[in-house]
Amino acid sequence: MGLVDGLVNPLGPGLQQPDLRTLAYLEEVAIKTAKDLASGDLKAKRGPKNFMEKAMGTALQYDFIKDQVFKKARGFGELAMTSESRGLVGLFHGQTECKKNRFGKPEKPAKTLAILGAGLMGAGIAQVSIDKGYRTILKDMNHAGLARGVNQIQGGLDKAAKRKKITTFVADQYMSNLEPTIDYSSFKSCDMVIEAVFEDLALKHRVIKEVEPHLPEHCIFASNTSALPIGQIAKASARPEKVVGMHYFSPVDKMQLLEIITTDQTSKDTAASAVDVGLKQGKVVIVVKDGPGFYTTRILGPMLGESVRLFQEGVEPKRMDKLSRSFGWPVGTATLADEVGGFCYRLMWLCTLEKISARPWIRIGGGDVNVLKDLVAAGFLGRKSGKGIYVYEAGVKERNVNEGALEILKKYSVTPKGPMTDADIQLRLASRFANEALLCLQEGILNSPLEGDIGAVFGLGFPPFTGGPFRFVDNYGADKLVAKMQEYAAVYGENFKPCQLLLDHAADPCKKFYK
Amino acid sequence: MALVKAYTSSVLLNSLSHVGTRALGTSAPQLAVAKTKSSLAKPGMKNIVLVDGVRTPFLMSGTQYNKLMPHDLARQALKGLVTRTGLDKTAVDYITMGTVIQEVKTSNVAREAALGAGFSDRIPAHTVTMACISSNQALTTCAGFMHAGVYDACIAGGVEFMSDVPIRHSRKMRALMLKLNKAKTMGARLSLASQLSMKHFIPELPAVAEFSTNETMGHSADRLAAAFEVSREEQDDFALRSHTLAHKAQQAGHLSDLVPFKVPGVDQIVDKDNGIRVSTPEQMAKLRPAFVKPHGTITAANASYLTDGASAALICTEEKAKEMGWKPKAYLRDFTYVSQDPKDQLLLGPTYATPKVLEMAGLKPSDIDVWEIHEAFAGQILANMKAMDSDWFAKTYQGRSAKVGAPDMSKLNNWGGSLSIGHPFGATGVRLLMHAAHRLVKEDGQFACITACAAGGQGVGMLVERYPNATV
Repeated sequence: MGLVDGLVNPLGPGLQQPDLRTLAYLEEVAIKTAKDLASGDLKAKRGPKNFMEKAMGTALQYDFIKDQVFKKARGFGELAMTSESRGLVGLFHGQTECKKNRFGKPEKPAKTLAILGAGLMGAGIAQVSIDKGYRTILKDMNHAGLARGVNQIQGGLDKAAKRKKITTFVADQYMSNLEPTIDYSSFKSCDMVIEAVFEDLALKHRVIKEVEPHLPEHCIFASNTSALPIGQIAKASARPEKVVGMHYFSPVDKMQLLEIITTDQTSKDTAASAVDVGLKQGKVVIVVKDGPGFYTTRILGPMLGESVRLFQEGVEPKRMDKLSRSFGWPVGTATLADEVGGFCYRLMWLCTLEKISARPWIRIGGGDVNVLKDLVAAGFLGRKSGKGIYVYEAGVKERNVNEGALEILKKYSVTPKGPMTDADIQLRLASRFANEALLCLQEGILNSPLEGDIGAVFGLGFPPFTGGPFRFVDNYGADKLVAKMQEYAAVYGENFKPCQLLLDHAADPCKKFYK
Repeated sequence: MALVKAYTSSVLLNSLSHVGTRALGTSAPQLAVAKTKSSLAKPGMKNIVLVDGVRTPFLMSGTQYNKLMPHDLARQALKGLVTRTGLDKTAVDYITMGTVIQEVKTSNVAREAALGAGFSDRIPAHTVTMACISSNQALTTCAGFMHAGVYDACIAGGVEFMSDVPIRHSRKMRALMLKLNKAKTMGARLSLASQLSMKHFIPELPAVAEFSTNETMGHSADRLAAAFEVSREEQDDFALRSHTLAHKAQQAGHLSDLVPFKVPGVDQIVDKDNGIRVSTPEQMAKLRPAFVKPHGTITAANASYLTDGASAALICTEEKAKEMGWKPKAYLRDFTYVSQDPKDQLLLGPTYATPKVLEMAGLKPSDIDVWEIHEAFAGQILANMKAMDSDWFAKTYQGRSAKVGAPDMSKLNNWGGSLSIGHPFGATGVRLLMHAAHRLVKEDGQFACITACAAGGQGVGMLVERYPNATV
């Protein structure tokens, strides 16, 4: 850009603090350079350095081109003052807040972590631990699984080295923090176990019973489950006060959010320790109470349920994606469904949770559950299985809609009863999402609207420009949202019933989630 | 700050005139200040002595040695040691040599040199590597053998040869060649050969940079000098001091550890170091910085240069010396190695090693009569001096309550140093030892401290005590 003519190297330990001395050095060099320029010993090389710069320089001489470029600059100025920018600024502050540990300092900050399961999540969690100085034990049932996990971690570090984010030497040092194993012999020095095995309650119970005898008294057991109730998992533990949920998001090295779940039995120190580890791993942390689907999995449910209904009403997957993306979702809803590992799979399993938690949960309803059953039976589970709503082929850029899925949707097609304009489709999806989020705050699952916004945006990609579901409600207007929801409820029923918190905000225009 | 600089410069130039004015040593050292200890002997510990040591002339790489191989230089040093001491070639138990840039054909250069020098093939030998302190490591490894009672007399030395360096084929090419070697059929060979591309031909040069940080040593030294506020003038002055003192010592015949070398294929006998060059401050100021451009302070004039050379010393237990009728020059006393962060403290070895070894021996810096500190770069040695003179540095980084105390300039490297005499990496340690031992006699001192930094962020500290009735 031509703003900087020279650089000085950062200095190490010397006669004063390195950073102070480096600034003094910068000053000394600058003064000497100025003197040399004045005396003629040094000549400034300001002209364009290469062909590209010369070409740009020539082009910008023409007004027409300048206007094209600077149009954007004006646009930037306009943008800075809108609610979108306020939303993003709010998110930035939220991010900063969620990098603090509201449970205080843990008694014994963890030094050694053990991760059970070297699958996609387990290896990812290990990867974000070894480069933060944690001695990380990675355990799997067999060498093949272990090798897969270690390869994943090595691959991640190699990529970072290739992009020159770290040197290969540093990558090697990080790998030296990893201890792959297939037995529990090293677990006696462990401070925290993070379980990332298959999402099956019986299996998790078996794992807890197997590992606990090898653990020291103070060791914490964290589960990476995305929906199995932590309270249920803790039933198999001899120390339920040490059990907590640590829900990471895939890919672990890129997704910033960590959702920590506490039960009534989880001790404050356990929560403090879990947050401490999450923060050291570089995550933005929210802490929620145990409930079906916790927070992030739960608020996605109703929206995905609504999307099934919309498919049945004839909305094409590509149209759904286009509409959701223009609303602000980074990933279209149909693609999102495929990405979360088979939403049908997940929704069905949330229905099972309904049974486990013995809570009526009409709210995830919307579409016909048989659609899901058929999709699962046909093997259309999403990206992981190669076919979902879309077909996933290696090397194909423009994804094709899965004909088989379309057929199933046609089989269950219904005539649209409610409004089907673009804005309505977007709002039907968003309102169910936001309403569920508010319900989580109402029920005490969430600690604050701020954590709710951060969780929704960083974990699920809720349109960042809105600032999150709570800020969206503030900006859209709770009363307007309630009016719309009641319009939809008139046609579709219970699914669109606004929760009490939303009704309270609608009734009182002074009530806002953010000042 | 200007005052400090002026002071340091004037101290540097003044020390030039103070040096060498003491009378040649007599048998009883005349001490001005009472020492903390009268001797560094420890009860129950063997006395290890230095009988004598020699070196080949140190030449700039690419000059008269350039047709040799490293073991040629090393065996020349060994032969010189034999001549100088009258040593029987079966009389030593072990030979260790240090080297850094390895000639792959002679990976155990100590062994090849020993055989080439005519030592008995029954004498085991091995080669050590620890960057610039490799021959120090050779010395202390042998001392270790002797303290453990395994051997009684050893030769320790080192060699470095940079007129020829291992330039390798790229990894791609090497992999292809290895596969070609294993290919059995013409078809297989042709298909492999078809993989050849321009990329295969890019050679791999020996690394100039630290492996762990990818930073060249000169670059690190420039940053170190800047961190310790060592100016370009101070560095040029120190380099001038080193060359001037080396030249004086050369004229006065102090560099007696040198053995002349009749190099095969070279007509004239090589009998002196060819890198000593006394310049002027004006000429030195003209040079451009070599590593950090344009505002760096390290130039070719104030940095050590690539050098070829070898050294070897005979060390043994005191009993062995008596038994063999060898006349020791010095005792090898306490020694230690240190290690720090290779990124920001690469060359601060002396600052860490000196207090450690002095404390081991129960001595203070003021007890040291002779300092021999390796001069990798003028900026590096001056930075170490400033670090040792800084309370803040000592408290913050060394966990000490007060500064170490910088060595007395009038006792430092009085016969020149690595900047002027040259620095064949593997051989310097023994050269420092010989200068220390000989200066103790000629300057009438009792204790000497040798310290050096090394690539990898390591360092050495060694204490030497003059042997009663030692002569040069």
